[in-house]
Amino acid sequence: MTAKFLPVILPGAVLLLTCLQPLPAQTGQAASVIDHLYDSYGLELAGFSETRWGARLVQDADEMDMSIGEGRLQLELNRDFEQFMVTFKGDLIGDAVLEEIAGTVRDFSVFFTPADNIDVKLGRMVSTWGTGDLVFINDMFPKDWQSFFIGRNDEYLKQASNIIKTSLFAGEYALDLVYTPLFQGSEYVRGERLSYYNPVAGKIVGRNRILDDDKPEHWFSDAEIAARFSRRFGGVEVALYGYLGFWQEPEGMNPTTGAATYPRLNVWGGSFRSPLLGGIGNLEVGYYDSIQDADGSDPFIRPSELRILAGFEKELAHELTGGFQYYLEKIDKYDTYEQVVPATMHVRDEYRQMLTLRLNKLLLDQNLIMSLFVYYSPTDNDGYARPGFSYKLNDDWRLDGGCNLFWGEHEYTFWGRFQNNTNMYVGIRYSF
Amino acid sequence: MKQIHTVLCSLLIMLLLSSPALAETPDVEDIVNKANLASYYTGDDGRADVSMTITDKQNRIRKREFVILRKDRENGGEQLFFVYFKKPSDVRKMVFMVHKHVDRDDDRWLYLPALDLVKRIAASDKRTSFVGSNYLYEDVSGRRIDADSHELVEETDAFYVVKNIPKNPDTVEFSSYTVWIDKKTFLPMKTVYLDKNGRKYRIVEALEVQIFDGMPTVTISKATDLAAGSSTLAEFKAIRYDIGLEDNIFTERYLRRPPREVRK
Repeated sequence: MTAKFLPVILPGAVLLLTCLQPLPAQTGQAASVIDHLYDSYGLELAGFSETRWGARLVQDADEMDMSIGEGRLQLELNRDFEQFMVTFKGDLIGDAVLEEIAGTVRDFSVFFTPADNIDVKLGRMVSTWGTGDLVFINDMFPKDWQSFFIGRNDEYLKQASNIIKTSLFAGEYALDLVYTPLFQGSEYVRGERLSYYNPVAGKIVGRNRILDDDKPEHWFSDAEIAARFSRRFGGVEVALYGYLGFWQEPEGMNPTTGAATYPRLNVWGGSFRSPLLGGIGNLEVGYYDSIQDADGSDPFIRPSELRILAGFEKELAHELTGGFQYYLEKIDKYDTYEQVVPATMHVRDEYRQMLTLRLNKLLLDQNLIMSLFVYYSPTDNDGYARPGFSYKLNDDWRLDGGCNLFWGEHEYTFWGRFQNNTNMYVGIRYSF
Repeated sequence: MKQIHTVLCSLLIMLLLSSPALAETPDVEDIVNKANLASYYTGDDGRADVSMTITDKQNRIRKREFVILRKDRENGGEQLFFVYFKKPSDVRKMVFMVHKHVDRDDDRWLYLPALDLVKRIAASDKRTSFVGSNYLYEDVSGRRIDADSHELVEETDAFYVVKNIPKNPDTVEFSSYTVWIDKKTFLPMKTVYLDKNGRKYRIVEALEVQIFDGMPTVTISKATDLAAGSSTLAEFKAIRYDIGLEDNIFTERYLRRPPREVRK
């Protein structure tokens, strides 16, 4: 039992040390270390340490009651050499759920401008584009849904990946090209931490059946290319997107080995974002071309889909923002798909619709944020709600917490498959 | 005849007494225009390091540090703002960008570096606190002159005192505000806001003015919320004007990679 908590000790100890900091003299010393690094070496140092705990609110025999239990230390170092800029940002995590100490690099990159109208960023970093609010169509950069579902800070929804990002600018036009020499894929729910519906087992499984996948692993031949061509017309932003790569989650299955696979995928899309009726409106579409199953006849590969998102966000009252999105996913060549689905598997609907709602309220001089984000699908009759709060005790300390509530009429639908993972969490962070 | 003479004489005397004053006192719209230009349109562009110290009712202190870049598209008209946050640590490297318009709502963007996310923000309510301070968005980028009707209520040796009444009272939290405008620099030195019940509840004042490249500039200012018992002291350093900022700095490109002008 004690061994389980050991991994948390290291970052926990850092947090404890920082707990002792608020005395003015000591914070002064900490600040002077940061100042000294900057003054003597031009190094900018920043970061935070935090601890975060959560518990499952729904019994699941195949998972631990603890949904999250970790201590985390993040350090960021920057050095600005006139001609280029180097950034390092890494996390050290003591994880009581998986009983391990792990390190992740969030950013390790070099930025430079080889010509006036070209920016290049090379290395490991987080990338985001598109217009959706927590719904992604043309953003094919790796996500970490598991972190999102257990109550880690929002920033961990995006994973860092190893890329070369080149941006070209000409007047109002911009072209971004992102080359990923080796496909990475998103972190998805596979059973070790959160339970999920396994279509082969035909039921919700967890640690008793951790999903095993067969990831593309050849540098350069298993590469990804993502491109965005954008332009702003006054307040209106328009963009076209293209992506050549793979499904971000294992949407295929090898029928002989039973292993989950990542079929090839191309995505073509566009987006539009503009002021509208005193708020901001956005529209985004994407065609997911599942090229290894071009005619939709392979039952072991997810078929091609058309995805559409329309959203609107507005300030509803003083320091209260509301957002609403409608999302549609249509299976292409549905007639063929319907015919080839094996009898043991559940047949998906041709249209999957989803609505999202966001409410954000600022209170106490903007030091307290109360928020709610809900995904609800009327066609699947399932959903996921994220009520939460974040309170800034002062400039350095922040307390936050919330719930991740999953529900669904059926176990096999998009949100319904996570219904045994409803949890609540609380975290405290010291930033420096 | 004598009566007519007396009337003429008194008229003449009245004219003589009043006309110099009439000639020296500019029209109130003129004063307000000049004050707007003096406080928000100094030079063609500019930059400043800003530090804000927010003190609440319980004397708890919070600090904000950011660099602000501004470029005027047109004097008294459209403007571009780029605000790059340095402190506190949890907002470090965030960028808030505004394209201020005269004929429609401003365009606002927020860049969140941890997610590499460029967000658009609906800009409907400008009477909202800026970064949790006692300054409002409208104090930072300026309130539209034609949003209020203006009246010159007093003229002292040093100030024009102008009372402003909102044309759409439902959209603001005040019933009126009075500004003491320096006669030499046209900088608003003190602004007092009255709430809907006519009580004084908010004061914004210039505590120090310095001259940069011949342009008088407020370098220390304070906003006090009398009702909430909190105040914010804003200090402006490293002020420079006409540094040749290009329009493209105020685009998504520089949200994702801050320009040299704010990094140093």
